[in-house]
Amino acid sequence: MPEVKNRQAVTGAQAIANAMRQINPDVVAAYPITPQTPVVEYFAQYVADGVVDTEMIPVESEHSAMSAVVGAAAAGARAMTATAANGLALMHEIVYIAASSRLPIVMPVANRALSGPINIHCDHSDAMAERDSGWIQLWAENAQEAYDLTLIALRLGEHEDVRLPVMINFDGFIISHGVEVVDFLDDEVVKKFIGEPKVKYPLLDVDNPVTYGPLDLYDYYFEHKRQQIEAMKHVERVYKEIVDEFEKISGRRYNIFDKYMVDDAEYIMIALGSTAGTIKYTVDLLREQGHKVGLVKPWVFRPFLKKELQEVLNGRKAVVVLDRSASFGAEAPLYEAVKSALFNVENKPLIGSYVYGLGGRDIKVEYIKQAFEDAFAGNLNPDEERYLGLRE
Amino acid sequence: MAELKNWRELPIGGVIDKPATAKEYQTGTWRVIRPIYQAENCINCMFCWLYCPDQAVEIEVVDGKPKMKGFNYYYCKGCGLCVNVCPKTNDKLPEEKRAIVMKPETEFQE
Amino acid sequence: MALNIMQLATKFADKNPGITPGHRLCPGCAAPNVAKFALMTAQSLGYTPIVGLATGCLEVSTTIFPFTAWNVPYIHNAFENVAATVSGVETAYRALAKKGRLVDPEKKYAFFAFGGDGGTYDIGLQSLSGAVERGHKFIYIVYDNEGYMNTGNQRSGATPPGSQTTTQPVGKKLPGKVQLKKNIVEIMAGHENVYVATVSTSEPMDFFKKIEKALQFDGPSFIAAFSPCVRFWRISEDKAVDISKLAIETGYWPLYEVERGVYRITKKVKELKPVKEFIKAQGRFRNLLKRPDAEEIINEVQEYITRRWERLQILEEATKDKPIR
Repeated sequence: MPEVKNRQAVTGAQAIANAMRQINPDVVAAYPITPQTPVVEYFAQYVADGVVDTEMIPVESEHSAMSAVVGAAAAGARAMTATAANGLALMHEIVYIAASSRLPIVMPVANRALSGPINIHCDHSDAMAERDSGWIQLWAENAQEAYDLTLIALRLGEHEDVRLPVMINFDGFIISHGVEVVDFLDDEVVKKFIGEPKVKYPLLDVDNPVTYGPLDLYDYYFEHKRQQIEAMKHVERVYKEIVDEFEKISGRRYNIFDKYMVDDAEYIMIALGSTAGTIKYTVDLLREQGHKVGLVKPWVFRPFLKKELQEVLNGRKAVVVLDRSASFGAEAPLYEAVKSALFNVENKPLIGSYVYGLGGRDIKVEYIKQAFEDAFAGNLNPDEERYLGLRE
Repeated sequence: MAELKNWRELPIGGVIDKPATAKEYQTGTWRVIRPIYQAENCINCMFCWLYCPDQAVEIEVVDGKPKMKGFNYYYCKGCGLCVNVCPKTNDKLPEEKRAIVMKPETEFQE
Repeated sequence: MALNIMQLATKFADKNPGITPGHRLCPGCAAPNVAKFALMTAQSLGYTPIVGLATGCLEVSTTIFPFTAWNVPYIHNAFENVAATVSGVETAYRALAKKGRLVDPEKKYAFFAFGGDGGTYDIGLQSLSGAVERGHKFIYIVYDNEGYMNTGNQRSGATPPGSQTTTQPVGKKLPGKVQLKKNIVEIMAGHENVYVATVSTSEPMDFFKKIEKALQFDGPSFIAAFSPCVRFWRISEDKAVDISKLAIETGYWPLYEVERGVYRITKKVKELKPVKEFIKAQGRFRNLLKRPDAEEIINEVQEYITRRWERLQILEEATKDKPIR
């Protein structure tokens, strides 16, 4: 595959593989799973052709992929992996350990539905299952964002005040396999932006031997977890510093929340990932018809930064939250987070929950319009979960 | 035992950032019998040193050769492996002829 | 360079070889000696060990926060992934060496992965097999105490038939585990480009020699160390070495190595003692011995042991000087 330069029409997978090429991590350990496979394949070709000097470990399962990158990162190397769906579920145990060991691993995740039944298409259940793991979660709307956020993630995780692993979520097939126009940064610009690896407590520094992964009895576990909580509290500040820098080199601005047509919006929709693109299109259509609508799209889902959300949503007429995953027996994850954030705002908007797109079910403009129309009519019930695109 | 640290005072990541901190932990209180070293019967074969699971056998180098010093009672758990592997200790020998003799720990309590 | 005990004693008279006192393993446990022998050998040959350890007795007892009984770099990740974790560490070393980012490029590292039989024969088999197949240069040492001992003696694939465990007890009706112990050495030897060996702390010279061989082997090594559990084998605290000797003399734990397909018995036993002696010496077989079908079961085990020993001798003969690569 030729080196991609500047403006190119590429798939999301190619865009991410290119970001990885520019990062040139020390170690990559990955196991193939649709729809992440092309990311690994493009990168493997880079390794085979000597385009990068990464050591790649073709592990025998995702659990071993995460275990190997934990070992590599603890040793003092910059380590990355990538996965999707059941692969992420299989590494679940070690995902928690990566976060509690405070290792700055970067992992693109091609969001795909968790089995069963087995489904290879896009939904957010895989990443949602990891929302309590202690990883930072960034969400991309398209291939450009997937590329940019991978670079930002690396700086964010390695920062002295953070030291946490970062997941970059990008919709399986929709972003991973769809061809889009992406503006790449120059190799040298990226190299300067990501800088030298920042390493802490490396195993290979044998003059200062450290012990990773001790047994915590009930006298220390709580304090160690409180440290992780504290690290999450620093993400907002550090993220803002990094995206300021990123804006200077790219001209692209990544805040915590992407706010589209929000200033005078009376009705706001909230969603993660590629669906935001369709929503922006729908917002434009509805605006032409005179409706004051807008979209808030979190780029950062973990930590979930309530304060800014409260400021944006306070006083609106209605908020409609779209979730591409369900929580059986409870409210959908994004809805639950938004609703709870709004508990104490002065002028609470009406709020409604919509689950859509599970297992790659297409989300059409007319479904999004449907949700907005419910909002216009004041026909929203905060305790009722509704479904878009489901045959009922 | 040191006072428990709060979350701000601990290194991050659950990491123990110094080696060998277990050496502060006194495992010798586990003992119910203790080995007594009788140097006059010892041939300095180093087997007890090799086999002690708790490295509680103290040795030193004299003229380039390793020599027995005695037992480290801070760590010794009284398992008796030293007696078992010692070529100069067995039931057939009278106690004063053995290199190691096991005695109940109660004889050494205040 | 053959290591001897005097040399080691001289070298380690005033320093701890990787593992230190103050750990909370049971008095008389064989596991710390397994670790100690391996690390001592590596360090006296000029290697700097880096240790990975699977969840289990050795791990839990040596690293109760904030106490660590390790004075070498050490990582515990989870139960079933020490081989995968160490393959990551070893790969990081090669990556950083290539990029010129090692703190001390002159140092010779030895990557050790330790695991109990539970974390090796059972839950850890996948990651072990993957790491060995990929050819990472590391030494995997299983301290085999024939059960999940850290959690109170549950059966594992390494538990012998007739042994009392809590999950397959010898009861009024069922005779406990009937399956034979998995032959982990043969499984690992089947990975072709590997050095595998059995060791015992009762044969220290053989142990050191095999570790030396593993360190120099151009590829992964797998060492199965016999590691009696004084608590759950129901033997006296000072008997770990005696039981190990008996295991070798009865052919229960033959000392041999396989280097790229070439079998070599490293401790020849002229005539095997009956395995019944080994069984009777341990309290964990007490319930078996009370059963009416005890003789039958023991004879089956004896036959297996005898056949296995004969087979080993045939393999030694047949593969002499014929490595598979």
